[in-house]
Amino acid sequence: MSLKPGAIITEPGSSARYETGSWRAFKPVIDANKCTACGICWLYCPEPAIIKGKPHAVDYRYCKGCGICANECPFKAISMVAEEHK
Amino acid sequence: MKEVLDGNEAAATAAKLARVKVVSAYPITPQTTIVEKLAEFIADGELDAEYIKVESEHSALSACIGAAATGVRSFTATSSQGLMLMSEMLFVASGLRLPIVMTNVNRSLSAPLSIWCDQQDSMAVRDSGWVQLYCENNQEILDSTLQAFRVAEELLLPVMVCFDGYILSHTAEPVEIPEQAAVDEFLPVYKFPYPLDPEKPVTMGPLGVPEYYEESRYMLQEAARASKEKLVEVDKEFKRCFGRSYGLIERYHSDDADVILLTMGSLTSSAKEVVDTYRKQGEKVGLVKVRSFRPFPAKELIGALEQAKAVAVFEKDISLGSAGGLFLDVAASFINVKPAPLMLNFICGLAGRDVSPIQIKEAVRAATKAAETGRVRRTVRWLGLRKEVLG
Repeated sequence: MSLKPGAIITEPGSSARYETGSWRAFKPVIDANKCTACGICWLYCPEPAIIKGKPHAVDYRYCKGCGICANECPFKAISMVAEEHK
Repeated sequence: MKEVLDGNEAAATAAKLARVKVVSAYPITPQTTIVEKLAEFIADGELDAEYIKVESEHSALSACIGAAATGVRSFTATSSQGLMLMSEMLFVASGLRLPIVMTNVNRSLSAPLSIWCDQQDSMAVRDSGWVQLYCENNQEILDSTLQAFRVAEELLLPVMVCFDGYILSHTAEPVEIPEQAAVDEFLPVYKFPYPLDPEKPVTMGPLGVPEYYEESRYMLQEAARASKEKLVEVDKEFKRCFGRSYGLIERYHSDDADVILLTMGSLTSSAKEVVDTYRKQGEKVGLVKVRSFRPFPAKELIGALEQAKAVAVFEKDISLGSAGGLFLDVAASFINVKPAPLMLNFICGLAGRDVSPIQIKEAVRAATKAAETGRVRRTVRWLGLRKEVLG
């Protein structure tokens, strides 16, 4: 990528190419048996890195591991697990 | 057409001739009458522009940044504490490469509180990435402001046109006002290459991660360096259109001079008179005026000063704990040049104190002594310091 004057970015949506998942120290793991697909984690995720479904899933390319989803889940279906490779 | 204008009227007239589309400013002495005049032009329908009223200078420059980002010509003016309040946004404007033109009417900084002239305010923001031009008289204010828009817009770099408070801002002299049609030809309608437009979205001011920030700053430095050539080119074009030109520096009887006075701003005119009296006595005293402080014309100054025995650098500012800002840059220019002239720094004229011919001659005598003996006893000196009131 070559910079424009003022570091102006002229391609809309290009930030999707920046995979913020590399920042993560802990990753959320969803327990499919406990997940009711209520959507609270999807609503709270600031990225957003929750993929809606039954059960919900995490898009690990963008999940920074902030843990908000695990904190907010009313069914305690999400646990934060240390990233072993780091 | 010639009219009698004070410096502030000259600046406002230039902004009007440039057909600025947005003016945002906050009143501050001694700049106030510039934006008062522009508000009047807009209210009277003589200038088709938006005047954005704000609650502070920080907001004034922010409004100009927003306006410039949409692709319109924008202008502001300030002084002293106002410039200090803008300082955060000065770096944003240059970093975003928005070609805003600003007038800074030079005034000293608090504390103690002073409304009078020195150049500490703009000197304090010399590292902000803005081009800084210093004017000697009211004609130069009008002409430099017109040139500033061309330089800014062709390089995407903001430009600050500086001139001395009261000495120029509130002093009237005859100024040649160019025809609107001629200005329109010199300064065509501005087109910013990446304007904010919902049809064609862009991101301005993204996160500068370590992998890109340094390169972005390097590109800004390259543009700041390129502004030197651009100033010369625009100045030549200006001469072709209007018959006047100023250069990055001006040499006045300096080619064969043993002692050279280096000045910036309105002090130049007084110092030229002193040079004339020395020349009448057959003494080889000359002067070099710095018009462009950023970009700093190092190569040009080496060419103008290297044959002198001593250079006396006059300035109305000081980098406290070191020396004057102009002096530091001149001295640094000669770091790899041998032989270099001896250099003396004279801090003078702070908070509007007059710099008289008597004081200028005192500096010439000190520089002449250095030239004769090959030694400088004290590098940084304060001209006209009233030792009897020091506590």
